[in-house]
Amino acid sequence: MPHEGGMHWHHRARRRERHHEEHRLRIALAGNPNVGKTSLFNALTGARQHVGNWPGVTVEKKIGIRRHRGHLLEFIDLPGTYSLTANSIDEIITRDYIIDEAPDVVIHVVDATNMDRNLYLTTQLMTTGARLVMALNMFDVSEARGDCIDLEKMEEFLEIPVVPTSASERTGMDRLLDEIVEEADREHHHHHMVGYGDELERKISVLVETLDQDPEISEKYPLRWMSVKLLEGDENVLERLSGSSVEDPVRALLTDADHEEIEVEMAERRYEVIDAILGQALVRCQLRVTPSDYVDRVLTHKWLGIPIFLAMMWGAFTLTFTVSIPFSAMIDAAFAHLSGWVSDNVATEWLASLLADGIISGVGFVLIFVPPIFVLFLLLAILEDTGYLARAAFNMDRIMANLGLHGKSFIPMLMGFGCNVPAILSTRSIEDRKDRFITILVNPFMSCGARLPVFVLLAGAFFGAAAGTAIFGIYILGILVAIITAKLLRSTLLKGEPAPFIMEMPRYHLPSTKLVLAHTWERTRMYIRKAGTVILLGAIIVWLMASLPWGVEYGSEDSVAGMIGKVLEPLVAPLGFDWRIVVALLFGFVAKELVAGTLGVLFGGGEGGGSLVKGLTDPSSGLNAASAAGLMAFTLLYTPCLATVGVIWKETGSIRWTAFSVVYSLVLAWLVAFLFYRAGLALGWG
Amino acid sequence: MPSTDDEVPLVRLDEVQPGRRVKVVHLKGRGRLRRRLLAVGMVPGAIVEVLRMAPLDDPVEYRVKGTDYSIRRCDAHLVVVRFEED
Repeated sequence: MPHEGGMHWHHRARRRERHHEEHRLRIALAGNPNVGKTSLFNALTGARQHVGNWPGVTVEKKIGIRRHRGHLLEFIDLPGTYSLTANSIDEIITRDYIIDEAPDVVIHVVDATNMDRNLYLTTQLMTTGARLVMALNMFDVSEARGDCIDLEKMEEFLEIPVVPTSASERTGMDRLLDEIVEEADREHHHHHMVGYGDELERKISVLVETLDQDPEISEKYPLRWMSVKLLEGDENVLERLSGSSVEDPVRALLTDADHEEIEVEMAERRYEVIDAILGQALVRCQLRVTPSDYVDRVLTHKWLGIPIFLAMMWGAFTLTFTVSIPFSAMIDAAFAHLSGWVSDNVATEWLASLLADGIISGVGFVLIFVPPIFVLFLLLAILEDTGYLARAAFNMDRIMANLGLHGKSFIPMLMGFGCNVPAILSTRSIEDRKDRFITILVNPFMSCGARLPVFVLLAGAFFGAAAGTAIFGIYILGILVAIITAKLLRSTLLKGEPAPFIMEMPRYHLPSTKLVLAHTWERTRMYIRKAGTVILLGAIIVWLMASLPWGVEYGSEDSVAGMIGKVLEPLVAPLGFDWRIVVALLFGFVAKELVAGTLGVLFGGGEGGGSLVKGLTDPSSGLNAASAAGLMAFTLLYTPCLATVGVIWKETGSIRWTAFSVVYSLVLAWLVAFLFYRAGLALGWG
Repeated sequence: MPSTDDEVPLVRLDEVQPGRRVKVVHLKGRGRLRRRLLAVGMVPGAIVEVLRMAPLDDPVEYRVKGTDYSIRRCDAHLVVVRFEED
């Protein structure tokens, strides 16, 4: 291992104001994506977490607290990155935090089953001069498959503490905490594992000397790291020199540097060092064909791959529907009962109406859909956790490419089936601005969980045995519209080539029950919490608007809701909708669940506790299979909910694109609903 | 470029059939894609195994340094490789 002196490091040591009196330590977690970093963070901090955003960007910032041996440890979960270049927002956040905030210790989370690629980040973290502790995560998995990692050799070569951990089994946590506390107290000695060869090292030392002439720079930055980045042609780092007295001399030194060549040479040297270390410290099991390969021969098969993918999705939706029906029916019955009991036993008429017709009906109709949402999220979480979703992206990438998108856009689109808000947030891993905008703008067409209740309700009421197929069809419609919109944007407003797509294909593994359930529960809980807050409020407003002015028949045309609906009714009359649908869609803008909730109040609640399905299919509803199909399409496509519009605005930073999204989807929804309604009537669905 | 193996012809990674193993000689192209390829270990000298093609022939799955990646043909075209004797 080459070791070179750390003569500039005393400057940096000054910045590390240690808080001995309160023993407070700031610990950052860094590592590649999908190495179990967040699981480890959870295992370390338990429930004591705070979730916020990184300043200026909407990337989630998680902070957690833990006490250990008289120290207060404050953990910060950094975004997952492969390297510390300025390639994406995630990488910039990670390296800015490590460089500018100088945490006391950085836990470098490494996937023990995938050391080569993970150690590449190690080489980069080391150059930053951070105090590192390596958590060799998934150590149990690597042992189980027959790898043998020599931990002592690893520590000897890397000169940092290496702790085997398993975040899923929660092993190794105490030792990791011990090492963190010890590393923070240890006399810091800088080391870097990679020497870049005589010629580059000469260039590096000239740069280091030059940079060192500006004390402001040398106090703030690790100079070797800075020099390496400058030689690699990192614009972001060069900008940090602006205004400094050394800016011009540094630029002069860089004029004849071939950044592209230097970058390759440095990467090559880093991997040479990694190979040398692993050659000594790791005995790999010699399995050239893994079980994953056998599975992939089927799941990514030339003829079977795509049909299997479609069949799985169709199966997931059908299963969702059939499994959840009895549970939904039970909840429905319970709320109908409760509503009836309240009507009979609360003497004050308006209060009885508020409780029975407003709150209980509204919230009840939302809770009915907890079972299907739970099942769908559960199935998606299983697919995600086994590693199948990456294969889905692999299978579908070619199609996405034709549409000017890539497989990376596929993951946010799949997440959109859960909720568009996190899905749109997840697009930040897409580096190219245009790719990202297109992915954001088409995301609302991926039908989120909140719209599912409306589909379940309408499909169940009007399509009988074909309900599962109808819902599947609606999801496909959303995908088609997303695809067409993407193509349209790519060829008009957001012209350009999509950025490269390189995606890791994780090995398949059995889903962990704990993780899958945690995932599913977290998403379901979000839905239920919404039912308790936004939906509750919405239900009360709907009830008020349906009851005011006092004395009118509940939800009748004379109520406020009815009047608004009546005014707008001509606009949707060609779609076969009446004013009640207008009201439901209007409230759906607040949260899409409210479409189902409002239909519940307007078609079900008003009829003295009668079943909603009966209310909907009753001739007085004015609905039939054709207009129900149109309404499903309209609900799918029309203006995204308030939260989604907000996040589109935030993520694009553009009021114009946000307005585009709102108007485009509204117009499109109307056109498609019209088409469906007319086609349905022509098919005799009326 | 090293001159020792001159007799072994150079090909582009996207032309290599599944099941073959190749050694990276050189990376063409510039910027982000090249940086990304480097970060996953496509450095000169690295061994790359071509695993399989997606159902529609693109992208292709490669194994580099023990990890599998899906890479599009147009991107793999930037990687100049030489066949490796097994």
